[in-house]
Order: sequence, then structure tokens, then C-alpha cells
Amino acid sequence: MEPIIRVRDLFKVFGPNPQEGLRLIQDGLDKDTIFERTGNTVGVKDCNLDIAEGEIFVVMGLSGSGKSTLVRLLNRLIEPTAGTVEVRGRDVTRMNQRELIRLRSEDMAMVFQSFALMPHKTVIDNAAFGLEIAGVGRARRRERALEALDQVGLKAHARSYPDELSGGMQQRVGLARALATDPSIMLMDEAFSALDPLIRTEMQDRLLDLQHERRRTVVFISHDLDEAIRIGDRIAIMQGGEVVQVGTPKEIIVDPANEYVRSFFHGVDITQVFQACDIMDSENIPVLDADTTAGEARNRIAHVPGNEAVIVDAEGRFRSVVQAKRLGELTVDRPASEVAVEVEPVTEDVALADLPGRAAKSPVSIPVVDADGAFRGLVTLPRLVEALDRSRNVAVANGDH
Amino acid sequence: MEDRINIPVGDWIEAAVDWILANLEPALDGIAWFLGLLTNSFEGALLAIPAWLLVLALVGLSWWRVSWRFGIFAIVALGLILGMDLWEPTIKTLSLVLAATAVALAIGMPVGVAMARSDWVEASIRPVLDLMQTMPPFVYLIPAAIFFGLGTVPGAIATVVFCMPPVVRLTNLGIRQVNREQIEAGLAFGCNRRQLLTKIQLPLAMPSIMAGINQTIMLALSMVVIASMIGAGGLGNTVLTGIQRLDVGLGFEGGLGVVILAILLDRITQSVGLRRKASG
Repeated sequence: MEPIIRVRDLFKVFGPNPQEGLRLIQDGLDKDTIFERTGNTVGVKDCNLDIAEGEIFVVMGLSGSGKSTLVRLLNRLIEPTAGTVEVRGRDVTRMNQRELIRLRSEDMAMVFQSFALMPHKTVIDNAAFGLEIAGVGRARRRERALEALDQVGLKAHARSYPDELSGGMQQRVGLARALATDPSIMLMDEAFSALDPLIRTEMQDRLLDLQHERRRTVVFISHDLDEAIRIGDRIAIMQGGEVVQVGTPKEIIVDPANEYVRSFFHGVDITQVFQACDIMDSENIPVLDADTTAGEARNRIAHVPGNEAVIVDAEGRFRSVVQAKRLGELTVDRPASEVAVEVEPVTEDVALADLPGRAAKSPVSIPVVDADGAFRGLVTLPRLVEALDRSRNVAVANGDH
Repeated sequence: MEDRINIPVGDWIEAAVDWILANLEPALDGIAWFLGLLTNSFEGALLAIPAWLLVLALVGLSWWRVSWRFGIFAIVALGLILGMDLWEPTIKTLSLVLAATAVALAIGMPVGVAMARSDWVEASIRPVLDLMQTMPPFVYLIPAAIFFGLGTVPGAIATVVFCMPPVVRLTNLGIRQVNREQIEAGLAFGCNRRQLLTKIQLPLAMPSIMAGINQTIMLALSMVVIASMIGAGGLGNTVLTGIQRLDVGLGFEGGLGVVILAILLDRITQSVGLRRKASG
């Protein structure tokens, strides 16, 4: 699919002579040398990204890694030194003032770390700010602002002033202000970083809920790996102005590009990253009907490495697990379901961390189902142990540095 | 005496004044006409209102905007002015202050905005402001009297020049102090330059601008008193008469009138800057 945002060969050099800085980068000098020689600071260096429509794309890095600069290059709050940023195939870097204002007011909204609300305006007028700038009439914009406030659960506080609200509530106003213009792209610059951890998690959930209602493309800047893993469909990791790795959270954890990327995982609980669907066995499990005989069941199990099968109903929903050793108690023509064990399945998105507890109590492997209850696979004991062992190794390897 | 260096700055200034007198007379007449009209309208309007009604309005304003205690102070203070038979000079002074402040704001605020927008403009205006503020105020009276003769108009002109710097400085400062993310928020939601100024920068700089306006009014009041030396009239004239006659009582009455006016203007204008907090 065509990416909604395509960044090509993007550079940003701050300082007295950006073009000279750019030339030195292309000569292969590093950031510190360029600063010493010319006083120019490299903000973003040779960035190439494709951001897909509807994904939450997290840009991660330490402070000074250029991530805030990068997000401001996307809506041209900062002018790039070289390179292109295309939004739906249109080059933002070549837009005139009029086109740029149109893009900003209709297609892209931004949420800020410090909330950046207007203290002299009420919550509803703050939420309506983007529409006010776009020239939408007072009644219409208040109506839409109220809808946006409702989406973030702040409808009751529409008449308050920002300084009467807590930090988390203020940022919900910031979110409502962005939502009110109904943008297809949201740029969120450390949007939740100023909030305390509990409120931060709540806001992340709210963002995910909002994505569920209407999928927007979200470019989310963060320095917090837990946050990136929680909300990110894909993560880009920046170091010294460069994007050093792009991938899904799992790809990055399993195969970090360098020591810097690895260092982010220090202290991160990897068993929270992997889910039941990542470690389940979905290929080697015979799936039986409710009336399959014991003989046939034994036969099917004999053809796979494991020693279990599952029984599903006519709609493919999980019913029970059958173990080969129990089938021996039955004559071949009895239905296998007579010795099947009914256990509570888990959904695909249950974290690896929650599985050992389940496994300890369950007489059989843990069945995994999707949101509709359809059978997806089994988390067998060997698979579980292997996954736990692997995540411990990742943690140990990262802990060394 | 012969070998002393003597840079004739005074001669140059005199030459400049002569040149202006010779060549810019129509402009000077225009300024004089406009300022005269402005002060006379204020004075005429304020004197047309019965004294008791104006007192009532000022007391009401003090009560509502500041506090009930200040309202009571206003009753006593304005009663004292009426009792000392200083109502007319007080109104004269007040209208001069209002006219001079209006002109100072009309010029000063746009200049402050221009300074905030450009470092170059700021660097070139700043020394002018320093000069305007540190020059002894009496010095303005000389060219004002030369250009415009004696009376209310030169007094108003000297006052405008003297009271303008605070509002220029604080408009500039207020706009420059607006949080960077708030500016970015404005731009990110599609503000053009004009919208950025009217929707973000000016509202957020308002507390600072209001402090500047307050300072400008207070400076205008102090200058209006001094300007009585070139016949601007009002309470300053009462003080001046007191000095000339060595009449301590009269001088003190005039001075007290100035103090009362200063306190009322200060507190009421300050309360405008705090509007949001008072009502929210």
C-alpha cells in the first residue's frame, strides 16, 4: 500500500551556515566534528521513512536524538535543509504558504508535550481553536468541539479554564483540540511524557480506543520504550539525528540493530511484549469435530509431533482439548469428546508474562482463541518454556551493557 | 578656555529645532490640532457629566473591579477632592492623562509588536526608548513649548513622549515571552501571521501589556503635573501656584489630589489586567 507519509533523504542542519554543514555531512564527518568546525548542529541526518495509513508510528530516541525536530519537519514547523516530505504524494517542502496552511488546518493536527493550551480560553474554545483558525462559524465549531471533548471524556468540563484542570485532563483537551478538526494525521510530540505514570497509561489506552473508533495515522514521539511498545504498530529508533532501526516492537527487541537500540531494553520486561499468539503452536494441532471418534483422533495425533488435539464446534469455536494418553481409555468407536478436558481459553493478545500461571494450573496446554472465540492454536509447555528462556536471554544480554 | 574641546551638541539640536520650525510647520499644526481636539473632547465630556454622577461611576468601578474596601476609599478620596474644591483641575489632569495615554498606546503598541517580530527593529528602537526614559522630563518641555507654544497641547505632547516607553517595552517583552510550544500550536493548526498575532501572541502577552499600560498611565500622570510649568493646567497648576506663593497648604492640597488620582488610576487599571483570575 502507498504510504501516507514518505520521507526521503531528509536533512536538517541548524546554525549559521546549514549548507556548509550539509556538505560536511556528505563528506562523512560526524555531528560533533561538524559542530566544532562550523558551529552548525545536525538535527536530522539522511532520514528515510514510509509511514502507512492508519498506523501508530512511534519515533523513539534519547533527548537530542532529533526526534522532535523530525516531527516538526513533517508539518514544516521547521524548514528542512534538504530532502522531501510527501504527504499523500504531495511534497510538503515545496508547498507555498497557502497550501501549507491548508494542510495544517485540514489534514494534520499536533499534540504537544506542554499541552500548549490557551489559558485565557475555556476548554471548549481551546478544543475549537483549529476550527476557529480555519474560519468555521461559532455555533458549528462549538458543536464539533463538544463532540471531540465527548470523545476524550471531558464534555462536563467544557466551561472550565485549563488551569482548573489536572495535567492529564489538560492533555485530553490538547487531544480534543487535535481531534476536533478531524485530521487524518496526528503528530504527537512527547504528548504523554509530562504526565505521571498512571495517567500516562490511561491516556495511552484512550488513544488506542480512539484508534479503534476511527483509524488515524499517528506519528508519536516518545523516549519511553514501554510506551512505544504499548501503543506502537512500528517503532523508529533515532540516534544522533539518524534513524538507526525501524520495525515492529518485536522485530526490534529480537534483533536490535546496535548497542544503542539494545540499551533501550534495559529493564524492560520482555514477557510483556510477547503475546500468546507469538508463541502458540497453530500448525501441528489436529482440529476435530464434536463427533470425531477416539480411533480417528488417535490416528490424527499420531501424524503430528505433539500429543494433543482440540475439539471445536460447527462455527470453529474452541470447545475442549484431547490428550492422546486419555484416548486409550476409550474404545475406537466412542466419541473422543468423552475424555476431552474443558479448559478456559486465552485470547491472542494475552501477554507472555501471564501464561506461566495459567500453565501451572492447567492439566493440558493452553488453548488460544481470537476475539470471536475461534480456535487459533495451543501454547504447549515446551513452547512456553522456550519462550521464557529466550526472553530471559534477551534480558540478560541487554543487562550486560 | 580656548584649548578646551567643545562638541557643540547643543548647537546642533538648536539647528534641528530651527529647521523643524521652518519646514514642518503644517505637520506641527496638524499634531497640535489633533491633540487639542482629543484633550478638549475628553475634558468637555468629563466636565459635562455632573460631578456626583462621575464620582458614583468611579466608586462603582472601584467597588466592582477592586474590592469593597477600595470602593469606600474611593468615596472618601473623591469626597475630599470635591471638598477641597479641586474637582475641575482634577478632571483637567485626568483628561490630559487619558488623551496622552491614548496617543501613546496607539503609537506604542504597534511599535512594541514590530520590535517583537524583528531583532533588528528591537535593537534600533531600544536606545531610543532608553533616551526617552532617562532624559530628565523637564527637558521635553523646552522643544514642546518652542514648537507648540504654551498650554495644554505642548503639555500633552511632552507627556506622550515621556509615558510611551513602558507600553512599548512590555508589549515587546510580553510577545517575546510567549511559550514556544504555544506559538507552534498556533502554526500547527494553520494560523497565518495575522492570526498568530491576534489569536495567540497578543492574548498571551496581555498581562504584560496591561502592566505596560498601567505604567504608561502612571508616567503620564507624573508628567502632566510637571507639564503645568508650560501651562498645561490641572492639578499641577495648583501645586505650581503653591510653590510660587510659598503656600504650603495649597501645594499640599494639589499634591494630595495627584496622589488620589494616581491611586485610583493605578488600582483600577491593574484590576483590568487581572480580569480572568477575578472572574474565573
